Amino acid sequence: MIVRDLPQYARGSEILKKMLVNALGVLSTPHHPDRYLELADPLLATSANRARITDVDRTATGSVTLTVQPARPCRPVPGQSVPVSVRIDGVRHVRYFSPTLLTTGRAPRLRFTVGLTPDGLVSRHLHENAAVGDVVELGEPTGEFVLPHPRPRRLLFVAAGSGLTPVLSMLTGLAAEGYDGAATLLYYTRTPAHVPRRAELDALAQQPNIGIAHAHTRSEGGLLTGRFDRAHLASVAPWYAGTPVYVCGPADLLDAVRAVYADNGSDELVHTERFVLPTATVPPGTAEGCTSFTSSGIVADNTGETLLEQAERAGLNPEHGCRMGICHSCTAVRLSGCTRDVRTGELDSEPGRRIQVCVNAPVGDVAVEL
Amino acid sequence: MFGLSLPTVPFLPFLSGGRSTPAGDAPLVLDRTSIDEIGRELDALREETLATLGEEDREYIYRIIKAQRGFEVAGRGLLFLGFLPPAWLAGVAALSVSKILDNMEIGHNVMHGQYDWMREPSLNSRVFEWDTVCPSDQWRHSHNYVHHTYTNILGKDRDIGYGILRMDPAQRWHPYYLGNPVYATALMLLFEWGVMLHDAEVERIVARKRSWRDVLPLAKGWWRKARRQVVKDYLAFPLLTGPLFVPTLLGNATANLVRNVWAYSIIFCGHFPSGVQSFTEEETAEETRGEWYVRQLLGSANITGTPLFHIMSGNLSHQIEHHLFPDLPAHRYPELAPRVREVCEKHGLPYNTGGLTAQVASVWKKIFLLALPPGWVRQEPEVRVVLERRETHPAATAGTLALDTPAQDTAVLGTAAQDIDKGAEDGRTVRT
Repeated sequence: MIVRDLPQYARGSEILKKMLVNALGVLSTPHHPDRYLELADPLLATSANRARITDVDRTATGSVTLTVQPARPCRPVPGQSVPVSVRIDGVRHVRYFSPTLLTTGRAPRLRFTVGLTPDGLVSRHLHENAAVGDVVELGEPTGEFVLPHPRPRRLLFVAAGSGLTPVLSMLTGLAAEGYDGAATLLYYTRTPAHVPRRAELDALAQQPNIGIAHAHTRSEGGLLTGRFDRAHLASVAPWYAGTPVYVCGPADLLDAVRAVYADNGSDELVHTERFVLPTATVPPGTAEGCTSFTSSGIVADNTGETLLEQAERAGLNPEHGCRMGICHSCTAVRLSGCTRDVRTGELDSEPGRRIQVCVNAPVGDVAVEL
Repeated sequence: MFGLSLPTVPFLPFLSGGRSTPAGDAPLVLDRTSIDEIGRELDALREETLATLGEEDREYIYRIIKAQRGFEVAGRGLLFLGFLPPAWLAGVAALSVSKILDNMEIGHNVMHGQYDWMREPSLNSRVFEWDTVCPSDQWRHSHNYVHHTYTNILGKDRDIGYGILRMDPAQRWHPYYLGNPVYATALMLLFEWGVMLHDAEVERIVARKRSWRDVLPLAKGWWRKARRQVVKDYLAFPLLTGPLFVPTLLGNATANLVRNVWAYSIIFCGHFPSGVQSFTEEETAEETRGEWYVRQLLGSANITGTPLFHIMSGNLSHQIEHHLFPDLPAHRYPELAPRVREVCEKHGLPYNTGGLTAQVASVWKKIFLLALPPGWVRQEPEVRVVLERRETHPAATAGTLALDTPAQDTAVLGTAAQDIDKGAEDGRTVRT
């Protein structure tokens, strides 16, 4: 996908760059040449795509909008999300955001809006500390929340709060590609002051075939007032039956839209993306859920024992050593779910984190790369 | 710093240094309540440090990395001017410092998982590689797991003598060990290769307890890692310097040698100075957390020195703290040391520490003395503390012989109090 979008000469220069990096690797072994390059400038790293923050917009209440300039091309399909790593008190945290690709200017930039959640570590950090010049790291774009080909003649979007980002990205993409169908966005925020990226929304609304309806849940001033219901949908898009809808926001919004479509018997037209923060909410001491060992494809009931013991019980023989948490031989990637450190009782549920399976027990459903 | 003391190393046995651990007459018996308390106190110390890990620790390790990469670039660069003797010397010195920092304060510590909490892929213990011929995965097995879990347990901790030396009186003497000082010197000079071969357990192959076939997967790792190391130091960089091929090659070899001698010296001071205690498999079976901590305390020795010395030793000069908390960032050991020492003093435990010269001297003295048959030399008692293990302990009656140890050389290292009393009556204060 990425390669297809690149001009032909870029492939040749990529190959040349790769050869150069390999040659440097002979001299820098056992370290990657990046480990030297990044000391001069973190953006010189070739094995990771880093990006510098070029703009921080805090004008909207309850969210912050960041524009970043990646060192190397990062081209998410509109609607897809990109893992973004930031550093907070020495620890790297990864969160997924859905950026809009800005193709104006010399090199493409990405813009994403981060909604402030009270217990959200990363969102609070970005809200308070993000500054122009800071460096974040980007991963590969992922996600199935994208528009189909060929484009439907009519499209409906429903978003709330920072759920705007993938939808805004889709609308921007549609405008850029010269989409000639009709698209309508029903967008929920608390008050007019909570609307992020007002300029971009207004510019899109200028397009003859794009309509944007603002709804505010806690104040007047929008086209609509209150939470989503069937009446809102009927007033903004009376033709909604039979039109595919793309919804992004909290779970109750997703459920409400789905319920309306289900009544028409057309739930297959509902495409949703939910923004959730990984939080450890399951009480410790409960042995519920399933433990999935993804590399071997085994799923077993959670017995409450450590992941290592459960893996062995499931017939696996994962690499390990001391079985007491000192040697780090057993470290494996926990893809999802919450685990408890049996030594300290500490809970943790950040996806993609490497944990010591000999001293971590699953709390609820857990997937680990074993 | 290290350049000065190293050439004199082989003669050090004849020197004696002020050592802070007095040799007691009768061993201290540590009761179970104290052992549990020590366990709790050290756990609390660990938790306290873990809770404060943050940006400062990150900055510290990146500062060290930056310095190491700076020395590396400077060293490689200076060797392009290797036709000037001062530039060659400076280049070799810079490269030696780079390799020492890479292996000790960065590599060894990162591979212990000390910085895993940062979740930085390039500094993750499972991924990191260091600038030696030993592949990191083999090191993590032989060192992080085997050595750190079974520290100083005879027959299980292969770091006792590394399979080629006699470093503990409880290892049965054999005429082969007359060569102890020669093997030790060879190991010192070729340390990185010794470390590489360590996981092969060649001595067990010789003893027919292991097959050559088991070594094959390891050898693949050696080939993969060592080839790249050798190409870099002995081919690529010498070729790049063109007519200076030979001076560059010699410079790189010297830097590797300096690192070998330095790493060997620091590491041997960790567990081999006199006063460091070893244990048997029987007494350490089914250990509690507290017992594990006490064994680590008794089985390790520190080296005193300046902050710069601690950095250059990878903070392995705080071997005691390192063995108690192997996955806490090593630069925290200096602040932990006084508090660990407090715990030791409170419970009457020895805290083995001394200057570099004294500890190195003590190690070489041991290398020479243990080369000789047990009857020829008077050996100091190695056991100062006996742990009162749980009553349900098995094998207390079996004489608890260490592997390869003839009965007459070993006193009963019992688990119950009467065994210790008996040992004291016999005048054999445990293990010759």
